[in-house]
Amino acid sequence: MSLELRAVTKSFGALIANDHIDLKVGDGEIHAILGENGAGKSTLMNVVYGLLQPDAGEILVDGEEIKISGPADALAAGIGMVHQHFMLIPVFTVAENIVLGHEKTNKFGILELSKAKEEIRRVSAEFNFDVDPDSLVETLPVGIQQRVEIIRALIYDAKVLILDEPTAVLTPQETDELLRNMKILRDKGTSIVFITHKLREVQEAADKITVIRRGKVVGNPLVTASQEELASLMVGRPVALDVYKKAITPGPVALSVKNLNVHDITGRRLVKNVTFDVHEGEILAVAGVQGNGQSELAKAIVGLEEFIDGSIVLDGKDITTWSVHDTLYSGIAYVPEDREHDGLISSFSIAENLILDTFDTPPYAKGPVMSPTIVAREAEVRVKEFDVRLQSVQDSAASLSGGNKQKVVLARELSRPVKLVVASQPTRGLDVGSIEFVHQRIISERDSGKAVLIFSTELDEVTDLADRIAVMYRGEIIAMVAATTSREDLGLLMAGVHPEGTRS
Amino acid sequence: MKFFRKAVSTIALPGLAFLSALFVSGLLIAFSDPKVLKLAHSPFKFIGGAFAAAGKAYLALFEGAIFDPNLAHPNFFDGFYPLSETLVAASPLILTGLSVALAFRAGLFNIGAQGQFIFGAIGASVVGFKTTMPVGIHVIAAIVTAMVFAGLWGGFVGLLKAKTGAHEVIVTIMLNYVASYFLLWLLSTTPFLRKGRQDPIAPPVKESARLPHLAGPNLRVNLGIIIALAAAAGVWWLLNRSTWGFRFRAVGANAAAARTAGISVPLVTTLVMAIAGALAGLGGAVQILGSEYALTAGAGGTFGFDAITVALLGRANPIGTVFAALLFGGLRAGGLTMQANTDTPIDLILVIQALVVLFIAAPALVKAVFRIKQLKVGSGVVSKGWNG
Repeated sequence: MSLELRAVTKSFGALIANDHIDLKVGDGEIHAILGENGAGKSTLMNVVYGLLQPDAGEILVDGEEIKISGPADALAAGIGMVHQHFMLIPVFTVAENIVLGHEKTNKFGILELSKAKEEIRRVSAEFNFDVDPDSLVETLPVGIQQRVEIIRALIYDAKVLILDEPTAVLTPQETDELLRNMKILRDKGTSIVFITHKLREVQEAADKITVIRRGKVVGNPLVTASQEELASLMVGRPVALDVYKKAITPGPVALSVKNLNVHDITGRRLVKNVTFDVHEGEILAVAGVQGNGQSELAKAIVGLEEFIDGSIVLDGKDITTWSVHDTLYSGIAYVPEDREHDGLISSFSIAENLILDTFDTPPYAKGPVMSPTIVAREAEVRVKEFDVRLQSVQDSAASLSGGNKQKVVLARELSRPVKLVVASQPTRGLDVGSIEFVHQRIISERDSGKAVLIFSTELDEVTDLADRIAVMYRGEIIAMVAATTSREDLGLLMAGVHPEGTRS
Repeated sequence: MKFFRKAVSTIALPGLAFLSALFVSGLLIAFSDPKVLKLAHSPFKFIGGAFAAAGKAYLALFEGAIFDPNLAHPNFFDGFYPLSETLVAASPLILTGLSVALAFRAGLFNIGAQGQFIFGAIGASVVGFKTTMPVGIHVIAAIVTAMVFAGLWGGFVGLLKAKTGAHEVIVTIMLNYVASYFLLWLLSTTPFLRKGRQDPIAPPVKESARLPHLAGPNLRVNLGIIIALAAAAGVWWLLNRSTWGFRFRAVGANAAAARTAGISVPLVTTLVMAIAGALAGLGGAVQILGSEYALTAGAGGTFGFDAITVALLGRANPIGTVFAALLFGGLRAGGLTMQANTDTPIDLILVIQALVVLFIAAPALVKAVFRIKQLKVGSGVVSKGWNG
């Protein structure tokens, strides 16, 4: 089945999210739609799926124009969609989630699930998905939950499958599996629209590529295009994907962590006996699949974890039991993993967010008296320095895009006198342009002699930035390896497997 | 101009909500009036009669709340007696409203203003009738005692939440009962018995501990309203210009981010509840020292509960809270006159108050009724779930 869009236009007020977009997805192909955050990819797909109505333009399926006024029409036309945030009910089983909205009952009015389960087992077996229809969704890993969504689309006869940023929530291994599964689906005749901003995935899986920038189609590069070409097309200017790092000699030890254990409130040990040093002028990257204790380790260093033992020494001072306030002031910049939740107060102004941890120090406050004029004036300086794109520093932080939010967090944390930068997933969810900025900023901190500790699940980021790499697995640092270690070896280590020659 | 537009967009929702409430209540007045119903056979007369009935009731409400021409001669100034009553009713309400509003801004729902108010009234009364001090000092001592009593009562809730996670809504509701019954018991003990009286009423506070009148002995308006306005200014400054206010607002808007930035959430919780308690307690002091002069079983009235409505209507903003409390004070004072002059039951005041809250809580409804698209619904009031 083929899907064609002709001159689809959709605007929200003055903003034109989709401007005369033409797109042709052929039978049995993986068509990647590449674009930065806010380029209009999701809007376009929501139009196709009937969640939004276009202002103008036509949607054709197999050459015939159809009208899609809701997801039901889309499903009937054979278009299925897997959203970035899954539409699953956590406390329901897989089968219950899949029949939701299409429940069949027997003559006593009791839910009839056996047919659905059979179907699920059949599809699951056909594509080697390994999904048990009876397991509760909340107990499944994210990657499997995504397969549940895909199975749901397939069971309702989707011939065109739209995957909206499907890899954003996945680990590297799960991503690889998804890309493999996409190819299997394609080979069996399903067309796939693959929305993403990750270049490697596009090169790996796509048959055709459409690049969207600011609501317009800006090109259909060949799959053989280089990552640089794709990125420049996406951003609209040349982008340096290779991070330039000059060689410098690390200085003395800045942060020393010894035998650190972190427990959660139920007593589970999430970080096990972790020992490592970070030197001045060095970037230590902690790699690992999400959920292997990295978040807890980062929080413990800043003082956000309650149940810890072992020792954390910064610059000769034992900060293990210090409060968050004191550790931050002892010279740690902290970029939290979840910037929306922990890094920013979205209802506060940008100016206020820039002083969240320095508001009670001069020049912002004298004693208990704050000075809004100085806060605003300093904010103007910061947003210029960190190139935050905004209307006014008095606007709420919620008005910023993801990349600009992260720049606000960085501007706040890196404007204090610090010795150590701790950054958790510093570029998660950011577009290419912002990633470039964040990476350069992190490297310039290291070049100016600060110790940098990065936690990342992105292998590219780890290998680009790190001077040394620590791999975490099930709460332990199972290897400390050189920055030149290959992606394959790192991938194995992240899965808990020691390849030959990396044991250290 | 920009300031003006901002002001309009801020008061648009509460203003329209109040108008809607008046309109619906007007219908109630009309339909509950037998004289109006008798005109039902002629739609034209019926509408006219309905307008007349509602208009008369609202005019009486106005006369009871602001200015009564019947009282204005021989001395024109006496016509403002109702306004004085409005201010007397509004003063404690402003303070309890500020108590709830401040807690709202820090993400806490202080249902306990009632109990804190009672403890403030007890503190003010004890110092007022038990001790002898020079004029001036006596008032200040009574007020400070009231604020300390209520501050401890409120701070205890904050401490419980900070140390054990006990939800402040449950704890304050329960402590309200404790406070009411404690007051009843207290009034039955010997030191609180007034000579020659068997009913629960404490001895009157001494002259030296009373708040001075502002406009002569005939009008009851007293220093309490000035104290209340000063407190509002103080809370505004605290929230918007001080480092502590920054901490309070940060915790209220996003406790996780505040904690990550090194702000101590338990400390803020305790402190906010203590200050909120002290504000409500100040309300109790103003009520006892400014107009009641004696502690009774009903001293608490409904000041602490109305405070929640006032803070909502004022959108948890100190200035808004002042205006909301003045409005409610006016409704209280005017309701009595309305009942006396037009047979409209004073319960209608409760209906108006309830409708205001209903319309405030449903901004979409107000928007739809008045066909406004760009009404700022903003998040002045944070309501948190049970895990908040």
